[in-house]
Amino acid sequence: MKISAIITLKKDVLDPQGKVIHQALDGMGFKNVEEVRQGKYFEIDVKENDPNKAKEIVEEMCKKLLANLVIENYKIIGTQ
Amino acid sequence: MKSSVITFPGSNCDRDMDVALKKFGFTNQMVWHNDNELPKCDLVVLPGGFSYGDYLRCGSMAAKSKIMQSVINFANSGGLVMGICNGFQILVETGLVPGVLLRNKYLEFICKNVFVKINNKNNPYFKNLDKEVFEFHIAHNEGNYFCTSDQLKEIEDNNQVAIYYCNDNGKTEESSNPNGSIKNIAGIFNKEKNVLGMMPHPERMIDQSLSGEDGSLFFKNLINNIK
Repeated sequence: MKISAIITLKKDVLDPQGKVIHQALDGMGFKNVEEVRQGKYFEIDVKENDPNKAKEIVEEMCKKLLANLVIENYKIIGTQ
Repeated sequence: MKSSVITFPGSNCDRDMDVALKKFGFTNQMVWHNDNELPKCDLVVLPGGFSYGDYLRCGSMAAKSKIMQSVINFANSGGLVMGICNGFQILVETGLVPGVLLRNKYLEFICKNVFVKINNKNNPYFKNLDKEVFEFHIAHNEGNYFCTSDQLKEIEDNNQVAIYYCNDNGKTEESSNPNGSIKNIAGIFNKEKNVLGMMPHPERMIDQSLSGEDGSLFFKNLINNIK
């Protein structure tokens, strides 16, 4: 079962890459951007058929490796 | 005095550290990341470099490698563990020292000499040094030290800041902060002060003809403190 998760920077953590992307978008003429925050997306194929169990496993992975909880949040966004 | 330098795939300051430790009297052993057990030693060094290509987050993969459980146990039993640059990033990822190292504020890889001021000498690393301000080299892309305000309070309450970026007079100011680190923090200790993580490379300052001697002062003092 494929589980998707996203990792995003917490609100009060500076995201210099997001800022530069914002500036680039602005320079390209996208003048209506308030803010850009960059994150990470993972698709993990788990050998598990029960979606709840598979989600739990990926959540554990997020806590232990994929996210650094000092600066990042994780969210399981889908199963398929 | 015995030391161990851990080599991870992508470490590139491991041999520099080996040269520096031996020059000042350590009997050093290189230890492979995939080993299970640390050899008996007085000091473990996690060297600089780009372990695992900085994949995911700098230091995050190395922090989970086989040898690290043994390093964590060594640190928890009071053993001296020093992480330089990528080694510091590995230490924060293991949780042995608090905080994280973010991308440099202005998105540049910084490679230059900086001045740092020692904040706390009541520990085996800096005890007996008769100098406050040192010139060391930094070379990093992710050295922007960050922690939550609660963590910062705890770090300051426990006097865990090891060194601050400063100017050549030892003044800690915004203009001497190369990477955006909170409060100019360049290195920190764990609560017990046996684990030290810092971005600057003392091992690059051990030869007058190549660089400077401030690293020599650090290593000479370190081995005397451990003896």
